[in-house]
Amino acid sequence: MHELALTQDLVSLIAEHCAGRQVTRVVLEVGKLSAVVPDAFRFCFELCAAGTPAEGAELEIVELAGRARCRECERELTLDSIFDRCPCGSLSLELLSGEQLQLREVEVQ
Amino acid sequence: MCGICGCSDKPEEQVHERSAHAPGERAARLQLRSSSTLKIEQSLMNKNQRFAEQNRSFLASRSCVAINLMGSPGAGKTALLEALVRRVPELGLLVLEGDQATERDAERIRKAGCPALQINTGTGCHLDAHAVGHGLAQLAPEPGSMIILENVGNLVCPALFDLGESARIVVLSVTEGDDKPLKYPHMFRACDVLVLNKLDLLPYVDFDLERATDYARQLKPGLEVFAVSATRGDGLDSLSNWFRSRGSAR
Repeated sequence: MHELALTQDLVSLIAEHCAGRQVTRVVLEVGKLSAVVPDAFRFCFELCAAGTPAEGAELEIVELAGRARCRECERELTLDSIFDRCPCGSLSLELLSGEQLQLREVEVQ
Repeated sequence: MCGICGCSDKPEEQVHERSAHAPGERAARLQLRSSSTLKIEQSLMNKNQRFAEQNRSFLASRSCVAINLMGSPGAGKTALLEALVRRVPELGLLVLEGDQATERDAERIRKAGCPALQINTGTGCHLDAHAVGHGLAQLAPEPGSMIILENVGNLVCPALFDLGESARIVVLSVTEGDDKPLKYPHMFRACDVLVLNKLDLLPYVDFDLERATDYARQLKPGLEVFAVSATRGDGLDSLSNWFRSRGSAR
């Protein structure tokens, strides 16, 4: 449940930026190769946001596909999961993107 | 017609989530029109990363190095440290022990003859760089020390959090199964060294050392692999040499 710790950091980051204004919407980017579960974020967000300017805000999670290069056949491919293999069968993938965990924007009133 | 966005009133024809039409939503949506959007674009890992860099500076200022030791609960991380401390006291290790609760592991390490400090993470499933920073300050390592950060037993979460270490080790015991690298790729990608432990139990379990090594090296080319038995002593000499090579110039 590292999502709980990360959601606490998310809520602190929001509070740093919103200058006490009420937050209505939060957009979080989650790479599909990051080791986090979006539903766990949603679950934790409601708990962590209580009593902060983000209380009651809508959490929108934008999932971003990963990119990798196969070290065997050298092709570049899109990955939807860290467990994917290259079509050539190789597991030996150099991850190029898809591990991000970023607060993109917040809407405030 | 929907008064919010102009889509159909019939649920089956609506172009957005039905929940957007829940009572109270209309007022909220209308208010949103006067709201403003703040672009943030900051990683959630930044906070941990800042503490990790502080730890790295603290360690460098004392010519110390830290090694992050990870693995499942019961993989034998503490037993491995006990064996290293007893067999190779000249490594001069210091240990920060991470567990959700109890002082047991720190007590075991101290009994083996090495200073150790316990960090209890409570519900936390991993050590983070902030807690490790406090632990390092409390340990007050002598210049040139090597500090082992024994992480909370877990093959997922600890892989995400940089603690300021200079190398990462994952301990995988033969009783856990040789397909663990396939199931927990984040951990095996994140590590520099794989220690295959409980070699003494190999005759009793279906575990293929070569297969485990191959899977792990596909995920992390160049991964160094040591097969050991912490209780019987097999392989500990070469592993000790690895620790010596990673120690600072004391």
